[in-house]
Amino acid sequence: MPDDRTPNPRALPEQSEWTFDLIEQAHEEIRRVAQQFGLDTYPNQLEIITAEQMMDAYTSVGMPVSYNHWSFGKHFLTTEKSYKRGQMGLAYEIVINSDPCIAYLMEENSLTMQALVIAHAAYGHNSFFKGNYLFRTWTDAEAIVDYMVFAKNYIAECEQRYGIDAVEDLLDSCHAIQNYGVDRYKRPAKLSVAQEAARQKEREEYAQSQVNALWRTVPRREEEERNAPPPRFPLEPEENLLYFIEKYAPLLEPWQRELVRITRKISQYFYPQRQTQVMNEGWATFWHYTILQELHKEGIVGDGFMLEFLQSHTNVVYQPAATSPYYSGINPYALGFAMMSDIRRICEHPTDEDRSWFPDIAGSDWRKTLDFAMRNFKDESFIAQYLSPKLIRDFHFFAVLDDDRSDKLTISAIHDEAGYRYVRQQLAEQYNIGNREPNIQVWQVNTRDDRALTLRHTQFQRRPLNGQAQEVLKHVARLWGFDVRLETVDTAGHVVSFLDCRREKRNR
Amino acid sequence: MTYLIDRRLQGKNKSAVNRERFLRRYKAQIKDAVGRAIKGRSITDIENGEKVSIPVKDVNEPHFGHAHGGVWETVNPGNTEYQKGDQFNRPRSGGGGSGRGRAGNSEQTAEDDFIFELSREEFMNYFFEDLELPNMVKTQLTQTIDFKTQRAGYNVSGTPSNIHVLRSLRGALGRRIAVGGPSRRELERAKQELQDLHEQEVPEDDPRVVELRRQIHHYHTRINAIPFIDPFDLRYSNRIKVPKPSTQAVMFCIMDVSGSMDETRKDTAKRFFILLYLFLKRVYERIDVVFIRHHTAAAEVDEDEFFHSRESGGTVVSSALHLLHKVIGERYATSDWNTYVAQASDGDNWDNDSVLCKQLLSNGIMPKVQYYTYVEITDGPPQNLWEQYTEVAAHHANFAMQKIVTPADIYPVFRELFKKQPK
Repeated sequence: MPDDRTPNPRALPEQSEWTFDLIEQAHEEIRRVAQQFGLDTYPNQLEIITAEQMMDAYTSVGMPVSYNHWSFGKHFLTTEKSYKRGQMGLAYEIVINSDPCIAYLMEENSLTMQALVIAHAAYGHNSFFKGNYLFRTWTDAEAIVDYMVFAKNYIAECEQRYGIDAVEDLLDSCHAIQNYGVDRYKRPAKLSVAQEAARQKEREEYAQSQVNALWRTVPRREEEERNAPPPRFPLEPEENLLYFIEKYAPLLEPWQRELVRITRKISQYFYPQRQTQVMNEGWATFWHYTILQELHKEGIVGDGFMLEFLQSHTNVVYQPAATSPYYSGINPYALGFAMMSDIRRICEHPTDEDRSWFPDIAGSDWRKTLDFAMRNFKDESFIAQYLSPKLIRDFHFFAVLDDDRSDKLTISAIHDEAGYRYVRQQLAEQYNIGNREPNIQVWQVNTRDDRALTLRHTQFQRRPLNGQAQEVLKHVARLWGFDVRLETVDTAGHVVSFLDCRREKRNR
Repeated sequence: MTYLIDRRLQGKNKSAVNRERFLRRYKAQIKDAVGRAIKGRSITDIENGEKVSIPVKDVNEPHFGHAHGGVWETVNPGNTEYQKGDQFNRPRSGGGGSGRGRAGNSEQTAEDDFIFELSREEFMNYFFEDLELPNMVKTQLTQTIDFKTQRAGYNVSGTPSNIHVLRSLRGALGRRIAVGGPSRRELERAKQELQDLHEQEVPEDDPRVVELRRQIHHYHTRINAIPFIDPFDLRYSNRIKVPKPSTQAVMFCIMDVSGSMDETRKDTAKRFFILLYLFLKRVYERIDVVFIRHHTAAAEVDEDEFFHSRESGGTVVSSALHLLHKVIGERYATSDWNTYVAQASDGDNWDNDSVLCKQLLSNGIMPKVQYYTYVEITDGPPQNLWEQYTEVAAHHANFAMQKIVTPADIYPVFRELFKKQPK
């Protein structure tokens, strides 16, 4: 019983006000426990900020610096409105995948909440950023803040030189296809930002000369070339629209290519986050829970602290049922936390069912197993690998099939013996970013004639494009400078429909 | 190595630029919305912020995405009734979450407008955008607005840091007394009865004693169950910002209240005064308003009397101008005050008085005022006062006059009066 223990001399006082000393003290304890559990993190930088600053941080997608754009203003207005009306509380923390890892603590938080945030962000998320393979591949924590500063200055300079409107139009267009700025199956080259800035000038000139070569209109020497069909360009379909535009759009100025590149780089930086929501939040939630439980066991924090902590923890991992009016999809915190805790359970107290489903991890060292899971998976594969029948039962998962060719919805599987694998597979698919976003690639460019660009949308499950596609196409056409066509093909490769965007003839 | 940094004192309004960019981009829509709002509201409460809504399709940032259609298979939590193979009808709209795809929902919300608040300042900025007060020559005139915060009682909502402990606890105490009253009364009664029984030396296991002890226990529990403090009790210190006056102006409202000015005309005049007042208020922190009404004689009155008392009789405009001149001379020495005059009349005047008015204005009043506006609320032909005033206007750039008929004419007139002067 807690009452019988001799009080721990390092116990935190039972008070809700934080002070800088107390935060340091709490952080020190959390760091110690996290180290015991073997969490490997970037160094931490904790920053105390106000609610207004938190809203600012929200607006610039959590980055400490960002370039200026009206859409950030729009997000700010939305956030500000719902915050002021009390419809929405602000997040307790924001953490930035950088080295050192920056975590924002809001001044309104109580001491308990600050400790929770430190454990969650500065040790949970931080170790995830450092360990997960997607983050290791796609982001460069050391360079991102510098890169954002470079981007902000470069764009501000362009605004000065070419006018706010010109820059804004271009950024609008880039934002419209920002989700298509990643080569999913190629690994990005590591480039430090120092090199980045130094080589930017060089790149400008080189890129421009390449573009010019491609579009050269001077007649070729050889007669035979006239009859030969023009070589296909690009040779392979290209999924990275932004990259393609940056490299090959005929009419862009060097500075415009650089802007395309900046949005592409930023999109690439956020690419892992979009694919590891469940894992990342689950990992961080699991660790704040585990670390604070440990601190409580040691007597560092008291019962009052734990009650406050547990209350917000339970709010965070609450999952309303699909029939509840509060349902808005699966809560990534709830699912992630449940799965992380479940892996620990399977390691420590496996049942017969677990042994048959997870023979390789049942009874193994939970820390090693969890660490392996954190490092080598993304949401899709993580769920496909680790979602246990027990969790499917606990969540009462069921799969609903909605086929527009039938009048009714069908329950395709529920949480029973026959359905576990199916539900697990479907849930994993649901987190597959390749299925969530339409698969659109550069198909062909008419290099010899009107320079029209053809994009191809390969349908997934016969799902149509949304109504904004025509708008996005206009943006692509603005970047490309000539006509753009978007063909939708079914799985058999037949074109089922298309959208056109004709470029007005204009004088440049 | 860990750093703990206090960033609170650093730049707060990082998003101000982005917000401004947003307003800049949607200027046309916002101006439309402001125009609609002005039409819709009563002029007396014109001075508030405004909720501006812009069709969401205009502020939308388009992205490729899936629409509803084809095959969607979703996994949802919280199954209570379904078995594999169950079929049911499509829910009519995205709500309820019974397996609808996300795209369906997002297209639904696309119908709504994007709504945000313009602050009062921004609203008025749009309102006055093309206007500029002419001849703002006073050197004292500075645009910097200083605010000081001052206490303004208590509020039932606020931020936790503003909780007023004393008030909150006093409220809690009151609530505990009020809510616990009946139980406490019953407890007293039970205790009293128990004591009476003790005095009669009734044995401890007597059913009445047992029952009373049970009751006492029951009421104790009830009293203890009253929460010490409840969210309902919380009171927050309320602080408001008050501007520190930095420049001052005086505005004279002169109105003809003779029998020929009926209620509709007075109402029109009132709106005109209000608009001028609002505009001045934007430029000056402190404004004195002096109301002068006149028929054959002029008097300085308070606002209520100015607009509401009934008068009748003929009209001698110069009486008001005499009084105006006197008040300016006595109380508003030109070097300290920016003086503005707004005069409303139906144009009637004694014939030979109009010439006197012109002389008074040209020689005595015009050199001392920043701006003089005159509106004639009539649909008839111009009379002698109008003709004389036209001559004044010809000689003084800071004199403006306009004829209006209905309240609907006020706003255009106002813009006409204060439109930007060519530099």
